[in-house]
Amino acid sequence: MNRPGLLSACKAMLQRDLTLAWRRRSDIAMPVLYALIVTMLFPFALGPEDTLLQRIAGGVILVTVLLAMLLALDAMFSSDIDDGSLEQLVLAPQPLAVMLAMKILAHWLTTALPLIVITPLLAAMLHLPASVIPVLLLALLLSTPLLSLFGAVLVALTAGTRRSGMLLALMLLPLCVPALIFAAGAVAAAQQGLPWIAPISWLAATLVLTLVLAPLACAVALRIALDS
Amino acid sequence: MTATPTAVLLLEAQALSFHRQDEAVFAPLDFQLHAGELALIEGDNGSGKTTLLRMLAGLLHVGAGELRWRGAPLQRDNCAGDILFLGHQLGLKGDLSPRENLRFVAGLHGSRESMGAASALAAIGLRGYEDEPVRRLSAGQKKRAALARLLLLPASLWLLDEPYANLDRTGIALVNQLLETHTAAGGAALVTSHGAVSFHGGEPRHIRMHA
Repeated sequence: MNRPGLLSACKAMLQRDLTLAWRRRSDIAMPVLYALIVTMLFPFALGPEDTLLQRIAGGVILVTVLLAMLLALDAMFSSDIDDGSLEQLVLAPQPLAVMLAMKILAHWLTTALPLIVITPLLAAMLHLPASVIPVLLLALLLSTPLLSLFGAVLVALTAGTRRSGMLLALMLLPLCVPALIFAAGAVAAAQQGLPWIAPISWLAATLVLTLVLAPLACAVALRIALDS
Repeated sequence: MTATPTAVLLLEAQALSFHRQDEAVFAPLDFQLHAGELALIEGDNGSGKTTLLRMLAGLLHVGAGELRWRGAPLQRDNCAGDILFLGHQLGLKGDLSPRENLRFVAGLHGSRESMGAASALAAIGLRGYEDEPVRRLSAGQKKRAALARLLLLPASLWLLDEPYANLDRTGIALVNQLLETHTAAGGAALVTSHGAVSFHGGEPRHIRMHA
């Protein structure tokens, strides 16, 4: 018997989830459209006043992206649980935590990355100075994976329960607040011309820690969810 | 089919039972399964056949009693990939074709030598449907697409939960033939079924379950 190496197994997992996401392209477009619409509505509601929009732009974009990601979060494992793919994944001779990390990566690539790509457009709509956009992008690049990882653990924890959407949102809120504070802090500091590296470093440190721990927690939670 | 005395002992259960909310799902079971053996698990609806198979696969924890795999206590890590479980949920992605589904599982499990996704699908009777999304296949064809895993993946013990469900006459014959080749090659299988299994090597062993 020749078992495939971890690397080729990771590739197979990633390829499958990306193919699946591509077959359901409209699901990817949903969060992007949502973020576009929300950001577009702000100037209409508040008036096209430059100073006001500039002041709230960073926060609005971060909150919008966070909420848009929330839309797609509870679908992370649900279809795999429904059709039995998750059972097969648990039984596969590969480390479950690594396979789940690949699933989370695929999820981030298909939900958060499109949002980050359109962020410069969102920033332009809210008159955010061009010099702040790189900091905003950096903050998003660090805080969105954090949200995906936290979300994955919570989705795994609530996997067995019915109508887990409400519970998920309630549990995720306290976890994503620190990420939001640091990301918004970095953007605000950059806007005022202050050093912004400290909050970004905090985000990066949290991300590294979560990157290691979240897939492990996810694997344990899903094993427990199936063991009933 | 009786195993030869030299056959390797694959799976051994002693006073095995499972409890759900402090209530035993099935009465304690004792059985042994050697390489080259096929055992039929019989029991009424709700007698715990699926629970037993899920426990043997390692999805459920062992409730009470002992379960040994190749002489050592069964742990997920030392039997992963060597035990293949096929349950009611087929584990197929509706948006992917049978070929893509098979390629993915082979990417995790590896595949038998001289066997590829295409030849496994042809052997299972899905020639011409390789690239059709699974959600457009009939229930029987989906079952066949899932059974193709048996042909492709290297595993010594098959745990098949109702493998005959939804299959037509030729499909049933095909499953019997798969089981025959598998046991002849030194593999073992535990099968739950309501339908009759005509196993060529004689009458298979029966494991009777009581709630």
